[in-house]
Formats: sequence, structure tokens, C-alpha cells
Amino acid sequence: MTVHTNNDSIINVVAELTQSTAQSSVDDYGMLNFVVSTDHVVAVCQQLRDNHGFIFLTDLCGAHYPERKDSEFEVVYHLHNLVSNHRIRIRVYLSEESISIPTMVNVYPGANWMERETFDFYGIIFEGHPNLKRILNMDEMDYHPLRKQYALEDETRDDKNNTFFGR
Amino acid sequence: MSEITFNKQGQMVSRDTIDGDIATLNLGPTHPATHGIFQNVLKVDGERIIEAEQTVGYIHRAFEKLAERRPFNQITPITDRLNYCSSPINNIGWHLTVEKLAGIEVPKKVDYMRVIIMELARIADHLVCNSVIGVDTGALTGFTYMFQEREKIYELFEEVCGARLTTNIGRIGGFERDFSPVFSAKLNKFLEEFIKNFDEFDKLLTRNRIFMDRVIGAGPISPERALAYSFAGPNLRAAGVDYDVRVMNPYCSYEDFDFIVPIGKDGDTYDRYVVRQEEIRQSVSIIKQALAKMPSGLHHADVPDFYMPPKEEVYRSMESLIYHFKIVMGETAIPKGEVYFAVEGGNGELGYYLVSDGGRTPYRLHFRRPCFIYYQAYPEMIKNSVLSDAILTMSSMNVIAGELDA
Repeated sequence: MTVHTNNDSIINVVAELTQSTAQSSVDDYGMLNFVVSTDHVVAVCQQLRDNHGFIFLTDLCGAHYPERKDSEFEVVYHLHNLVSNHRIRIRVYLSEESISIPTMVNVYPGANWMERETFDFYGIIFEGHPNLKRILNMDEMDYHPLRKQYALEDETRDDKNNTFFGR
Repeated sequence: MSEITFNKQGQMVSRDTIDGDIATLNLGPTHPATHGIFQNVLKVDGERIIEAEQTVGYIHRAFEKLAERRPFNQITPITDRLNYCSSPINNIGWHLTVEKLAGIEVPKKVDYMRVIIMELARIADHLVCNSVIGVDTGALTGFTYMFQEREKIYELFEEVCGARLTTNIGRIGGFERDFSPVFSAKLNKFLEEFIKNFDEFDKLLTRNRIFMDRVIGAGPISPERALAYSFAGPNLRAAGVDYDVRVMNPYCSYEDFDFIVPIGKDGDTYDRYVVRQEEIRQSVSIIKQALAKMPSGLHHADVPDFYMPPKEEVYRSMESLIYHFKIVMGETAIPKGEVYFAVEGGNGELGYYLVSDGGRTPYRLHFRRPCFIYYQAYPEMIKNSVLSDAILTMSSMNVIAGELDA
């Protein structure tokens, strides 16, 4: 097993796996970011886990950017190489029309509930998930509450005026 | 253990069972042995668990959604309610996340003060967990003594921030005030007395034959499975993996302190218990080191954009009034960006994934809650064990409902 300690070698590995369709960047805080397509994400994670030491799925969550056309949703994976102590972030963009992505449960069993949570709050479908149902919200709920169109406060209230306060 | 076979209908039965019937048992949602609101639907054959499924979400409070409407300093009270047994770690973890996003450097003294508070919180957290393991095995005595010690830790928090359980301790950039002489006196007294009482508790359980027979081998997990399930904290270390965020990605000057990361071997209830016991001792040692090496200086960073000016200044000077107003109204400018920051919480890697679009509130905030992630391994860990071991496994995993459901 090769243990990669610098960003370049991980970038090469991912580029090879995705036939160079992945975009990589290092953010201001030193974290290596990848944007991977839905077709490649499982293969990339599988390879990174099996051959490059990223055995630990730190976190998996969704996010919603309604103003971004054709990539309104994203799923964010944080992987951690516990040997070289390297963290990377992999994100997958999804459009609102085809909001599904292959499940990561077969690579990281711990992704099970994290994917259920992401489904629960964003309605992102994880294909092949063994038990994709709501986890924190009640089963009868008919919407996905962390989407940005659902305002936290009742918008019909008229006793508050935010004209001068709040951005 | 009885052998499991399948009958003609494809149901699992054991040879012990007279009629081959499998009963469904609801453990929870409100069951005194589960220490919180958890529901487990168990398929039991006699007293042996064949299958389990958890239902979570009973105290879901939509923190991630709430956080999208709150200015950064108003999110601290939300983090209190995650792992409410060690709120200060959650609070300080959040402060550190915002400081990372905004690029705030805090003085060394703040780091050391935070380390003291966080290690006190870790002691309180582990004390609850370990003494409750005792209760679940039938040893109530140790619990009553250890809760007295926990009470003293809460008094210390009270001295620093005025609150006990949901502490809202500290501010972005440091602490609202320096440690008072009363706090220092109380802390020194606590450190003197605690180890003595803790040793008594240790003697009562750790090498107690009855206790050991009861907990050794209950709810084990292998290191491979634990890593696959993204376990963290004492539960992962009990399985033999020495992953500790404090060592791996030191924050708050943890690199200045000399401490060991205890690990277990089998990942069972006993190992989890022993790892936590040792971590309590290490935390005491870290606090002593931090007190001995406490640097002089200010108890907060010089960041008027985030750190409230003293109240008397607000009434006297224009700048202070402006900053006060900006902070209270959440009008502080914050950079765009994404950060992931993790601290070693009572239960393991407590992560904050924060997306800022430069607005007054986070665009997206996700809490990586260790409880939520490792609790999904529970059915696997209790499969084929007896019901009473399942109770022990749950209490030794230290599943905290607040952190589970966010």
C-alpha cells in the first residue's frame, strides 16, 4: 500500500481513476478538494480506501445551492488517511432533475446512516442503499427540510420588520 | 451460546427454543435502562437477541436548520445541546471552527484555559458513562460517589460562566473573563480530592471479579469493523486503534502536553470502561500540566469584530458601542469559505463542517456527531448476546440522545 503524504500524488491517483475528469483544488485552509462525477465517486473512494490508506470516512453530508443551475445539490465526503494523517474532501454535484447518486455503504459501512440523514434532509437518493428511509424526521413528512426553499421562520408573520437589520 | 439454525419458514431459531417462536421486544423509547430516548426493536429468542433495529430522532431539534438563521455567536448555545454531558467541548469546538474560518489567532493563555475546561468536561463525561456502566451491572454505590465529583466539576463551570449543564462557555476569541481566584482555589481543591475518590471508585469496579465477569466480552467490536463504521474516540480506542484528534491534529496547543492515549484490545464493554478510566487520569494530568505552565497574558484575542467589548466601555466609547452593536446584530463581516474542524469530544471526533458565503449566518453547518455515526453498529455488536449485555453495550458506548439526534 502506498501512503501518500502530499497532495500531488493523490491528485494523480484521482485523475487516473476518473480519466482526468475530476477537478481538484486546495482551499484556503489547506484541505484538498475534489469534484468527482456521480459515475466515478464510488470507484474513487474504493481505490482511495483499498490502495491509498483512506480507510476512514469522517463525514458525509449534503448541501443545497438553489441558484446554481444543474448542480443545485452536492454531497460532500470527508475522507481521512489515518496513517499519513491526510484529510481530503470529495464533492459530487447533483442536479435537481436527476438527484441520485450510488451509495457508499459497500465501501464504508458507516455511510449507512449518514446517507439516510442526507436523504432525509435533502431528498438525495442513494441508489443501492439497503434501507433508505427517513432517520431523524418523522416518516409522514412529505418534504426535505434542509432545502433552502423552506424558510425557518413563518413567512406570513408581519410583526417583524427586517428592512434595516439583517442581510 | 445456543446454535442458531433456520426452520422451514426461513426464520432463525435456536435449538434451545421450545416452539421456535421469535418474539419482538420494544426496548424503549422510554426505558429506564436506556438513559435517554432510544427505541430498539429487538427480535429475541428467549433472552438472546437475534436481530435489532434502532429508531432514532425522538429529540431531533433541527440544529442544522436553526444554525442557518443564527449569527455565528448565537450558535454556541445550540452546540450545548449536542453532547450535553460535555457541553464545554462542543462550545469550544465551535469557537475554534469560527476562529479557523476567520483566521483568528488566540493567545497561548486562551489555549491553556480552554484545555483545562475541556479536560474537566471530558472527566465529567467519562464519569457519567463509567459510573452508569456500574449502575447497569447492579453496582449503584460508585455512581453516587462519582456524581458528587461531577457536581464539583459543574460548580467549576458555574464559576467560569454561570451555567452548569448547558454552559455556553467562552466566546469566539477567548473567554468572557479570566479565571477567578475562587475558580483556581476550587480547581486546586478538586484536583487534590478527586484522584483519591476516583481511586476508590476504581478499586470498587475495575478489578472486581463480579464486575469483570459481567462486562468482559459484552458487545465486542473488532478494530476493522470499528474503523469501517467510522467509530471514534474511546470506543475506537477500546478496539485497539490509537486515533485521538488531540494527538493527530492538535488544536489548542495540545502538543504542549504530555499524555498517553490508552487503547484496549477487544473493543468490549470492559475495554471501553478501562479506556475511559485511564483517560480520566490522563485528563487530570493534562489539567495539572496546564495549570503549572499557564502563560501570562490576556484571556481573549484582540478581535473587536467578534469579541464583545467590556460593558462599561460600551457606555463610554463610540468604537465599543459600534462593535457591541455589530456583534449583537450579527453584522460582523466574515470571510467566504469552507472549513472542517474537529475536536476530540467526549465520544470522539466531533466535527464541524461550516460553509460560509460571507453572510451573517452560516450557509450550511453540519455537525459530525460521533454518537450518531457509531450507534449504527449497535445491532451488529449485540447480535447473539443476551438482553442484559445489550443494555451494558449501550451504556458503555455512551450514546447521548442529544448528540445522536442533533
